[in-house]
Amino acid sequence: MNMPEEKMRLPKAPTGIQGLDEITSGGLPKGRPTLVCGSAGCGKTLLAMEFLVRGARQYNEPGVFMAFEETENDLIQNVASLGFDLKDLIARKKMVIDFVYIERSEIEETGEYDLEGLFIRLGQAIDSIGAKRVVLDTIESLFSGLPNELILRAELRRLFRWLKEKGVTAIITGERSEGSLTRYGLEEYVSDCVIILDHRSSEQVSSRRLRVVKYRGSSHGTNEYPFLIDEDGISVLPVTSLGLQQIASTQRIPTGIERLDSMLGGAGFFRGSSVLVSGTAGTGKSSLAAHFVAAACQRGEQTLYFSFEESPSQIMRNMHSIGIDLQKWEKKGLLQFQANRPTFTGLEMHLTMMHKAINAFKPKVVIVDPLNSFVMGGNATEVKAMLMRLVDFLKMKEITGLFTNLTAGGGALEQTDIAISSLIDTWLLLRDIEISGERNRGMYILKSRGMAHSNQIREFLITDHGIELRDVYIGSGGVLTGSARLAQEAQEQVAQTIHDQDVERRKLDLERKRKIMEAQITALRFEFEAQEFEAMNIIGQEHAREDHQTQERVDMAQIRKADAKPNRQKGNSK
Amino acid sequence: MLTERVTDSTHQFEQSLIRLSEIHYVLRLYVTGTTPQSLRAIMNVKKFCEEYLKGRYELEVIDLYQQPQLAQGEQIIAAPTLIKKLPLPLRRIIGDMSKSERVLVGLDLQKKI
Repeated sequence: MNMPEEKMRLPKAPTGIQGLDEITSGGLPKGRPTLVCGSAGCGKTLLAMEFLVRGARQYNEPGVFMAFEETENDLIQNVASLGFDLKDLIARKKMVIDFVYIERSEIEETGEYDLEGLFIRLGQAIDSIGAKRVVLDTIESLFSGLPNELILRAELRRLFRWLKEKGVTAIITGERSEGSLTRYGLEEYVSDCVIILDHRSSEQVSSRRLRVVKYRGSSHGTNEYPFLIDEDGISVLPVTSLGLQQIASTQRIPTGIERLDSMLGGAGFFRGSSVLVSGTAGTGKSSLAAHFVAAACQRGEQTLYFSFEESPSQIMRNMHSIGIDLQKWEKKGLLQFQANRPTFTGLEMHLTMMHKAINAFKPKVVIVDPLNSFVMGGNATEVKAMLMRLVDFLKMKEITGLFTNLTAGGGALEQTDIAISSLIDTWLLLRDIEISGERNRGMYILKSRGMAHSNQIREFLITDHGIELRDVYIGSGGVLTGSARLAQEAQEQVAQTIHDQDVERRKLDLERKRKIMEAQITALRFEFEAQEFEAMNIIGQEHAREDHQTQERVDMAQIRKADAKPNRQKGNSK
Repeated sequence: MLTERVTDSTHQFEQSLIRLSEIHYVLRLYVTGTTPQSLRAIMNVKKFCEEYLKGRYELEVIDLYQQPQLAQGEQIIAAPTLIKKLPLPLRRIIGDMSKSERVLVGLDLQKKI
C-alpha cells in the first residue's frame, strides 16, 4: 500500500489570515470541518468570516456563512470596519449569508423530527455558488432553540459527516465553557482540527491568543500565539515559526561616536545587528542612541525612533542641548518618531503597530527607547517573546536595531530585567562610577558578536557637543574618573617631569663620564706614542752603530792589505 | 360596578371564543420526501384539521426536496415543520405530530398546560 507522497500529505485550504497559515503549515484541513472555540468576544466570528472572505478573494473559493446569532445586515456592518465588503461578494456570487432564525417560543415539538431542513438549506446555498468553504456560526444555538438534545446530537453527527462528503472546508464555531472546549461538546464530532481562541487581560492590558489544540494528520505549532484584530483583519504572530534564517551582513556602520567605533574594532556595528544599550538612570542611553540616529541620518538612512517614555519634541529638545540636531532630520523626512505609552495597548498591538510602522517607513535603523517600559507586573516572559519577535523581524529586514534598557538601581548590571541579552549582538553597558564624592559615567562593551572589541572601560562624558569617550585612569589607585582622574593626571604630570629631569641628569652624567674616559684614552695614546718613538730611535741607533763597525772593519783590512777577502757577513777571519 | 365589569369581561371572553372558532387557519407543512416521518406528519395534520378546523383551514404540503429554495425563506431547520401562518402569532410545529396535545397547543387550540 505505497501511496505517493503527494497523496499522503493532507491537502490544506489556506486561510489567508496573516500568521495562521504558518502555524498550521498551510491552512485548515481541506474538505474537513474545523472547530474554532472560545469565549464570548474573542473573535470567532471574525476569524470564520475572514476565512471566507480571503477564500473568496484570494483563492477563488466561494463560501457560505450560516449565521445562527447575527442577521445578515448585522454581519455586513460588523465586518465592514475591517474592509470586508460582503455586499459586493454576495453580489458577485462569491458568498452567501444565511441567517438561521430560531425562536424558542415559536417552536412546538410534537414528535420525532430531523434537521433535514437545515441540510437542504445549506445544500442549496452551497450549490447556488459552488461553495468550497462553509462556516456555521454558532451551531450550538440549535441546542437552546430546539428541544430534544438526543435528536440534535445525532443530527449534528450526521451534519459533519455530510459536510465531509460534500468536500467543503468548514469552520464550526463554539462557545467555550468550563471544563470542556464547547458548551455542548461539539469537539466530540469535529475532531480533525481544533483551534482555541482566548481573550484575557492581565495587568489591565488585554491580549488575544490563538492555539491549535489539535490537527489530525498534520504538524502544527502548539504554542499560544497572540493575535490581534485591527483594520486589516486578524493577524496571528507566530514566534517560533520565523526560524533563524536571516542573512548576516558583514557591512559595518559607524555608531556616530568615533571613539566607540574604534572600540568596536574600528568600524562600528554590523548592519542588521541588534544593539542593546543598558544602564542605570541618567547614564546617557538616549544620548548614545541620538548619536547613532544622527549618524544614520547623516548617511541618508531612514530611521524610526520608537519612544515609550518621552515625546518627540522632548527628545529633540534634550538632544539639542548636547549638540545633536534631530529636528533637521525629522523635517527632511529621514527620521520618524513613534511615541506611545506602553500602557496604551497590549504588547501584541504594540508589536503589530511597530511592524506596520516599519513596513510603511522602511527604515534602515530602528531605535526602541526604552525596552523595559513594557515590563509591568509579571509579564516578563511575554515581553521577551515580543522582543524576540521584534529582533527577528528586524534582522529579517536587515534593519539595525538599537534598544535601550534601564537597569534598576541595585539590580545586577549585567542583566536585563527581560533577559533578552541572549538575543543581542552588541551590548554596551553604561554605568555610574562613584569615587571620591563624584558620580561619573563609564562605558564598556559587554559583548559584541563577530568582531574584535575593546575590553576597556571608557569614561563617558556628555558635553555640549555630544558624547566623548575618554580613557579612564587605571592603575594602582584603581579606576579613576572625573576630577579624580584629572587630579591623578596632574599628579602624574608632575611625576613625569621629575622623572624626565632625572633622566636628563643621568644622561649628562653619562656624557661627562664618557668625556673623561675619552680624555684618558687620548692621554694614554700620547704616552704610548712617545714611548714608541723613543724605542724606535734606540733601535735605529743600534743599527747605525753596527753598520759603522762593519765599515770600520773593512776599512781596516784594506789598510793592512789583507789578502783574505773580508767576509762582510762574518766579519771575523782569525 | 365591580360586578358589571366582571360580567362584561366574561361576555368578551365568550365572544372571543366564538370568534376563535370562526377564525380561518393558513397552514403550511414542509416535509422531506416520503420518509416515514413525513408521511406520518401529513397524515396527522390532515386528521387534526378535519377534526378541529373543518371548513376553515387552508393546508399546503410542500416537499423541500422539490423546492429547496423555500427552506431559507421560511426559516426551516427541522423537518417536518408545520407553520401556522394565520392566525398570528406565527408558530412552528416540528416533528411528526404524534403528540396530539402539543399539536393543539401549537395551533392555539388548547391552552398550554
